[in-house]
Amino acid sequence: MFELIAQYPLLAALFALVGLGLVFGAVLGFAAVRFKTEGDPIADQINAILPQTQCGQCGHPGCRPYAEAIAEGEAINKCPPGGEATIQALADLLDVEALPLDEEHGEEKVKSVAFIREDECIGCTKCIQACPVDAILGAAKQMHTVIASECTGCDLCVEPCPVDCIDMIPQEESLQTWHWKLPELGRANVDIIASDAQTDRAA
Amino acid sequence: MRKIFDFHGGIHPPENKQQSLGEPIRDAGIPAQLVVPLSQHIGAPSSPIVAVGDRVLKGQVIAEAAGFVSVPQHAPSSGTVAAIEERPIPHPSGFHALCIVIDCDGRDEWLPHRGLENYEGESPSDLLEHIREAGIAGMGGAGFPSAVKLKEKPGASIDTLIINGTECEPYITADDALMREHAAEIVAGAEILRHIVGPKNTLIGVEDNKPEGIAALQAAAEGTGIEIVVFPTKYPSGGEKQLIEILTGRQVPSGGLPADVGVVCQNVGTAVAVYDAIVHGRPLISRITTITGEAVSRPGNYRVLLGSPMQHLLDLAGFDPARNQRLVMGGPMMGFTLTDSAVPVVKTTNCLLAPSAEELPAPPPAQACIRCGLCAEACPASLLPQQLFWFARGKEYDKLEEHNLFDCIECGACSWACPSHIPLVQYYRASKADILQQRRDHEKSEQSRIRFEARQERLAREEAEKEAKRLARKKAAELRAQQQAAESGDDSGAEVDPIQAAIERAKAKKAAQQQAAGGESEQDKLEKAVASTRKRLDTASAKLEQARAEGSDLIDALQSGVDKTRAKLEAAEKALAEHLASQDNPPPASEPAVAKPRSAAEIAIAKAKAARAAEADLSPQEKARKQLDSLRQRLDKSEQRLAQSREAGEDEKIVEALAATVQRLKEKISALESEAEKVESP
Repeated sequence: MFELIAQYPLLAALFALVGLGLVFGAVLGFAAVRFKTEGDPIADQINAILPQTQCGQCGHPGCRPYAEAIAEGEAINKCPPGGEATIQALADLLDVEALPLDEEHGEEKVKSVAFIREDECIGCTKCIQACPVDAILGAAKQMHTVIASECTGCDLCVEPCPVDCIDMIPQEESLQTWHWKLPELGRANVDIIASDAQTDRAA
Repeated sequence: MRKIFDFHGGIHPPENKQQSLGEPIRDAGIPAQLVVPLSQHIGAPSSPIVAVGDRVLKGQVIAEAAGFVSVPQHAPSSGTVAAIEERPIPHPSGFHALCIVIDCDGRDEWLPHRGLENYEGESPSDLLEHIREAGIAGMGGAGFPSAVKLKEKPGASIDTLIINGTECEPYITADDALMREHAAEIVAGAEILRHIVGPKNTLIGVEDNKPEGIAALQAAAEGTGIEIVVFPTKYPSGGEKQLIEILTGRQVPSGGLPADVGVVCQNVGTAVAVYDAIVHGRPLISRITTITGEAVSRPGNYRVLLGSPMQHLLDLAGFDPARNQRLVMGGPMMGFTLTDSAVPVVKTTNCLLAPSAEELPAPPPAQACIRCGLCAEACPASLLPQQLFWFARGKEYDKLEEHNLFDCIECGACSWACPSHIPLVQYYRASKADILQQRRDHEKSEQSRIRFEARQERLAREEAEKEAKRLARKKAAELRAQQQAAESGDDSGAEVDPIQAAIERAKAKKAAQQQAAGGESEQDKLEKAVASTRKRLDTASAKLEQARAEGSDLIDALQSGVDKTRAKLEAAEKALAEHLASQDNPPPASEPAVAKPRSAAEIAIAKAKAARAAEADLSPQEKARKQLDSLRQRLDKSEQRLAQSREAGEDEKIVEALAATVQRLKEKISALESEAEKVESP
């Protein structure tokens, strides 16, 4: 046997390579089993970017399923609540081209919060069952109300209401949420005084 | 002589301070109405504790602090609470916020108050409580609650207390005037602060363009151990971090606080407010405000009650609206344009600038960045404004954070230096706000995700519990069937289908009921039905005859009733005949359970499943069409029913209800049709 191998250097190389292949294959195979990652880390990262409104406008029952679908190659532009910012973040994460928002799934709207007109509510609990984040409080034949701070503005409670007493109220800018806007290029909409250098110099 | 350090960058804009220093501090008096905003400081707005109509005295608490980072508000003069409502407040947004409005009675009647006789005998925490209760928030411009800032941080030992008398921004002279006229109070306040903080050194930093103020302070500080440090004028040396670097040579680390390098900073105005609160027991209800600019004929410094409308000050200073182009609160570098001259003076209003159009024109349109690098040379925080500008325009928020955007103090030096007039600071302010908004959104989405997952888990758990119960019931039924089979001695009992068993049980029950009802057989029932129908037909016919004889208008209705009853009778007779026939040769299908392993219930379930699966396979168009078909069927049926009941002359109400149903169905169909058309022909 050794003689045969010694006689044909080709065989020696072949055996060596096959041997190495087997050893490394075994090591990799063991590592794959031993250090198996639970869940799908990419789907987790995508899920962290999605806005978690759980509105289902993308056609999936919640953000997590859409994240898993994206991880498997679905388009990244189906999330209207996230809008361009989310698409951009997903494009950066997955290193794909940022597409414009798919209009078929809805348009990017101002964030809104559900409001139940409480004297019209008949207490049917249908909206409670529809709310994906348990943000509606109430009991059968009792008036319901929305916990505004928990509402994601997903619209899912509007459809099931038999008396149409739920309004989606766009969140208006308040003193707490107001902030400076980026200056528009070429327009003097600038409300800051620091840029009047010229006159100050002349003065 | 203390060694003076220098900080990176800085600019030398025209100072324009002389205009407002011609006269000593004047008293602005009591306006007819005071508007006290509940949020004059950084942190939670205070909550009102007075009601509309209450009489309040000068210095009375009208709103208490809500939370740790908050301060109370006091009535700046005596009067009656006229309203607690949303009023415009001095804020760049021009928004309204909750304010307490006081109609002044002009008597300026104080609430009885007295200061601490010997503050040195009090503990720092008691003194801090006094400062907090006096409503003192940083008077240099930011308005951070002073008691919070002075509170000892665990692990930080403060060796230097700095009183900031720099006032580096052009036009503003409020602190200068205070130093000239109230140097003793500033030094006394600094001594109180020194007692609270316990530093090795207490410094008062003043720029060298205020010689009168410096002289007054030096005279007042004689023998107190408080050092007056004078350094060259440069904007923005009054910035907290810049001043610390000038006086101590230490740099506050990025994202850190002055306490991290052993320093606490307070404004001279705050020192006077602390002195007033501790020694005289007077809360913060007034401040010195500079009114200047070419649009006022008598610029100067005024002692103003907080809550006085800006218009009141403008009237005092001889404001000429024709010359004015915009009102600015604060200085020309860091201030903002006011949208309304009715906004009140607040704790942070150090200056009200009413410039003429020539003095402070609207900025020229921004040109392209020429990468000259002047902004980087001017930046006192050693940032790269040009880089930040590109990233801000590209909304590359992570890069902005990597380039330490949050160390920007928004002093405006870069914008001032920019030859292309790019409003750089506004880019940074907007980007900072966007980043903070993103962080908040992310927090909220994280919360939503947790709630969503908790809900999914709960639903799954409920479903599992139901399933377990169902299984338990099934098992119990099987057990019972087995027992029954064992009892009846049937050898195939062990294999009995539970549903079959249930059917058997139901049959047995029914049979038992029939027996209980007197052993009535199917035939008896049918015979009875025929007899009763015949009887009803007879009476109906008799009534019809009678109506005909009387010529009543009910004839038609009665006629249809008779017809109906006759039809029913025929049906009953037929059923009886069929039953009799089937009795003669009973059907051989008495053992379906053995022949068919699946029970009727299972078949029904399977059917329903198949139907649902078929529906799921359908495209939305097909679904719509199917829905349409079923609706049309329903419409046909309803129309028939309507026609019948019209013919039969049923109650008007019923006819109306049926008509409404038909109408509704028609509407639904037309809506669906139009939708379907839309889908099919986009």
